Amino acid sequence: MSEAVLNPVAEASVSREESATISPRRLIWLRFRRHRLAYLSGIFLLLMYIVTGFCEFVSPYGTTTRNDDAINAPPMRVHFFDAEGNFHLRPFVYAYRMEVNEDTWMREYSEDTNRMFPIRFFARGEPYVMWNLVRSDRHLFTTEEGGYIHLFGTDQLGRDMFSRVFYGGRISMSIGLVGVVLTLVLGILIGGIAGYLGGIADRVVNKAIEVLTSIPGLPLWMALSAALPAHWSPLLVYFGITVILSLFGWTGLARQVRGRFLSLREEEFVMAARLIGADTPRVITKHMLPSFSSHVIATATLAVPAMILGETALSFLGIGLRPPVVSWGVLLFQAQNPLVIEMTPWQMLPGLFVVLVVMAFNLLGDGLRDAADPYSTAGAK
Amino acid sequence: MTDTVLKVRDLAVDFKTDLGTTHALVDVGFDMPRGKVTAIVGESGSGKSVTANCIMRIIQPPGRIIGGTIDFAPEAMDPFEITSLGKRDPRLQELRGGLISMVFQEPMTALSPVYTVGNQVAEAILCHRKVGRKQAWKEAAEMLERVGIDDIDRRIRMYPFEFSGGMRQRVVIAMALVCHPEILICDEPTTALDVTIQAEILTLIRDLQRELSNSVLFITHDIGVVAQLADQVVVMYQGRVLEIGTVRQVLKTPVHPYTKGLLAAIPGLAPKGEPLATIASVVGDTDITKPYPMITLGDGRQVSLPREQVQGVAG
Amino acid sequence: MRSYVISRLLGMIPTLAVISVIIFVVIQLPPGDIVTSMLDRLQAQGVDTTEEYVQNLRAQYNLDKPLVLQYFYWAGNLLTGDMGYSHLYSRPVNDLLWERLGYTLSITVSALLFMWVVALPLGIYSAIRQYSIGDYLMTSIALVGVATPPFMVALVFMHIGFEWFGVSTGGLFSPEYEDAPWSWGRVVDLLSHIWLPMIIVGLGSAAFTMRILRANLLDELNKPYVVTARAKGVSPAKLILKYPVRIAINPFISTIGFVLPALISGEAIVSLVMGLPTIGPLLLQALLNQDMFLAGSLLMWLAILTVVGILLSDILLAWLDPRIRYE
Repeated sequence: MSEAVLNPVAEASVSREESATISPRRLIWLRFRRHRLAYLSGIFLLLMYIVTGFCEFVSPYGTTTRNDDAINAPPMRVHFFDAEGNFHLRPFVYAYRMEVNEDTWMREYSEDTNRMFPIRFFARGEPYVMWNLVRSDRHLFTTEEGGYIHLFGTDQLGRDMFSRVFYGGRISMSIGLVGVVLTLVLGILIGGIAGYLGGIADRVVNKAIEVLTSIPGLPLWMALSAALPAHWSPLLVYFGITVILSLFGWTGLARQVRGRFLSLREEEFVMAARLIGADTPRVITKHMLPSFSSHVIATATLAVPAMILGETALSFLGIGLRPPVVSWGVLLFQAQNPLVIEMTPWQMLPGLFVVLVVMAFNLLGDGLRDAADPYSTAGAK
Repeated sequence: MTDTVLKVRDLAVDFKTDLGTTHALVDVGFDMPRGKVTAIVGESGSGKSVTANCIMRIIQPPGRIIGGTIDFAPEAMDPFEITSLGKRDPRLQELRGGLISMVFQEPMTALSPVYTVGNQVAEAILCHRKVGRKQAWKEAAEMLERVGIDDIDRRIRMYPFEFSGGMRQRVVIAMALVCHPEILICDEPTTALDVTIQAEILTLIRDLQRELSNSVLFITHDIGVVAQLADQVVVMYQGRVLEIGTVRQVLKTPVHPYTKGLLAAIPGLAPKGEPLATIASVVGDTDITKPYPMITLGDGRQVSLPREQVQGVAG
Repeated sequence: MRSYVISRLLGMIPTLAVISVIIFVVIQLPPGDIVTSMLDRLQAQGVDTTEEYVQNLRAQYNLDKPLVLQYFYWAGNLLTGDMGYSHLYSRPVNDLLWERLGYTLSITVSALLFMWVVALPLGIYSAIRQYSIGDYLMTSIALVGVATPPFMVALVFMHIGFEWFGVSTGGLFSPEYEDAPWSWGRVVDLLSHIWLPMIIVGLGSAAFTMRILRANLLDELNKPYVVTARAKGVSPAKLILKYPVRIAINPFISTIGFVLPALISGEAIVSLVMGLPTIGPLLLQALLNQDMFLAGSLLMWLAILTVVGILLSDILLAWLDPRIRYE
């Protein structure tokens, strides 16, 4: 009589045996895949990073290119059918027709159905240098010479919002990543030291975390970024802001790493590993780290939004990144005035991207955390 | 007046999960004689606790009763059938804790840490009888003393986490008995306790049962406990009942190969110096996963085996 | 309980001391100091200064002393309630601070209350009706709420106020009460204005705490003690409130420590967008103009507010949860 027959839950036995033979990493992946929202968020973020990474190619224009025919112009609609109802295989946009409202003295735009700009894909347009390396003038989409396309509208200088949103995304989203890497290093180092050494080191770190978390973040960031010298280059300011954000962002991770280390030290499987003669490095790398590295990744993922929101808030206040650097916060700085929002609501679009990206990171982090929890039964939603 | 307090027939429970449907109980049936101790024995996952939860109607999703009946004949009320009670039926509330109550496996987590012991025991009274708070606390104190908690005036105001495991289990027992239920279900009440405490708690349950002469459904995987306490034994395996008989019948002359295997695997009963038998080695070639209808033998015991296999025993 | 409160009160002292050091360091970071920026100003106005005058000024602000000593002067003055002089506004910091601190406190506390009133019932509902339409709706809203920075919420609300009601939604007072002395009418006017910043500041945190409460409650709902209580015959509604909610609410309270700094941060930035007379705009001005006495005091007070808030939430938690009280 085989053992399988004596398995109390006979029907579940197949999948149990399966799960016994697949690696923990694969198990986490399988569980993660069942979180549809988290999975989709991951794909969305990946896409966003690719698109913003290649934003010179994706955007039809640069960040400073002005279109004098379109000041504060609304987003354009992409058409397949022209005003007469004829179908065009190649999508096109109509030119803006500008009129000044006689009551408000505001520019008002409508579609000029007499001027049509067909959209060209992978066509030549404005020249650019990608990553200071690749020189090209190919764009994902653009119009023919003499035409223009502003899918997200333009700002008060006639600059294309679509291009600026993706250029801005490159800065804002990369600050999140760079900041989190810094945070990770600090958090794992400090938390690891506290958790592994215990005693006085632990108490000091604990107090430091307590102190840092009880200072309201934004005012302190404000003070620190106000202290960044005005003559610094945009790149230095970028790193300055990132350092400021991670300087106070490591506490959450450190606390988690510390807690894991402390509780794992007491766990029986760690004790068992010690008893069969594994040395300390082996215990840490083979038994302790794998059991919480996935948690650390999840927490790090959940820390990215704080970075992005921090940069956005500081730049929004005018004390973070400053023009000519373009970030989502810098773009929103222009939308501070209620009147601006009133007249050109599309200037809030960078804000929509902030919300979407932060939401995606939150969902992804939640999904990863659930998937990483070996005792989690919650899964498919 | 019948001498059967609880009649379980064809009880079936499914658990629907991502991994598929698990049949936790398949056509479970047994009778509980009034004023006696009925023990359910089996390995973990055999459906013992699920059966108990069905009787209390506290099966949690994804578990669901999909068929069968549980006929309950209390002395205090007209008989009724438990599985068909509506969610808002007042008898359901009365059943839980009033007519039938339960002692759980984990005394460490069975009490809320943020209320005093007195509060939680008195609550059981307040849920079922129209008495004042003072009276409820007085009766709670009496019951707590009866289960062996001394220095009651001080202890009744203490929190569960200030008690040891054994003490907590006494509190849970007091909470279960304070409304004088007709059936007490004990779901492995000693598994989580130290060995010395286990004996004390078992003695307490036995003494209280004799004193209050209620019916007890005792769930355990420990044959020793069964021998000590039970009048009647129900052997379960993979959600099915394999054998039912008096404690003497089942422990002395088991019929079902699985029961034999279970007994052979107990340290101490096997001949000294020999390796302990596994259940599988004793069961041999009989396919015990196959469902056979229950057959009643001459001496009143029931067993789930093919008829031809039983012939010899019955004869 | 008393010893717990005392030990926590004592524990506050080193925390605040360390915070004051950090803040002192931070306000020292920008190049130059109060005197150089004052001189810049004087020079811009065409006033010539003598070397002696500068020395006197430095001595007056203790800037001629070593940095460590400067810290002790600063901290000592803070302790005696003398927070120095704001050269930006040409007034003692004390004059500037108190009223604004009062508004900051009112908005933050009311946002906290708003957060509770919203998050508690919705969190409970969402957990006990898990996967219902209401649950999906609320968790989706909470998801967006957590991801939206407070200043965006403020902008959207102001946009809505402007578009739909044609009113400008900034400020804490109607024009007629702006500079009026305190009266019943002014209080009512304040209340009729404060609800909007309260909602804007509290929204994100409400969404956050709702998610936390929901998760906690889902964890608690199937705990053995809940099953025990159910088996005891406790009625369903009472069962939920008395058992799992009571436990799930504990981490909910301790998130105050987490949420309060966020609320104060949010309040600062929302006040900037909406033009509210609170600490936030004052701090930004102080920082932009290197008025470091003012900036330091403001930062310190925001930190004190937070630390005291966390202390109160800890005491509340100890009062609610005997396990902490008895430790």
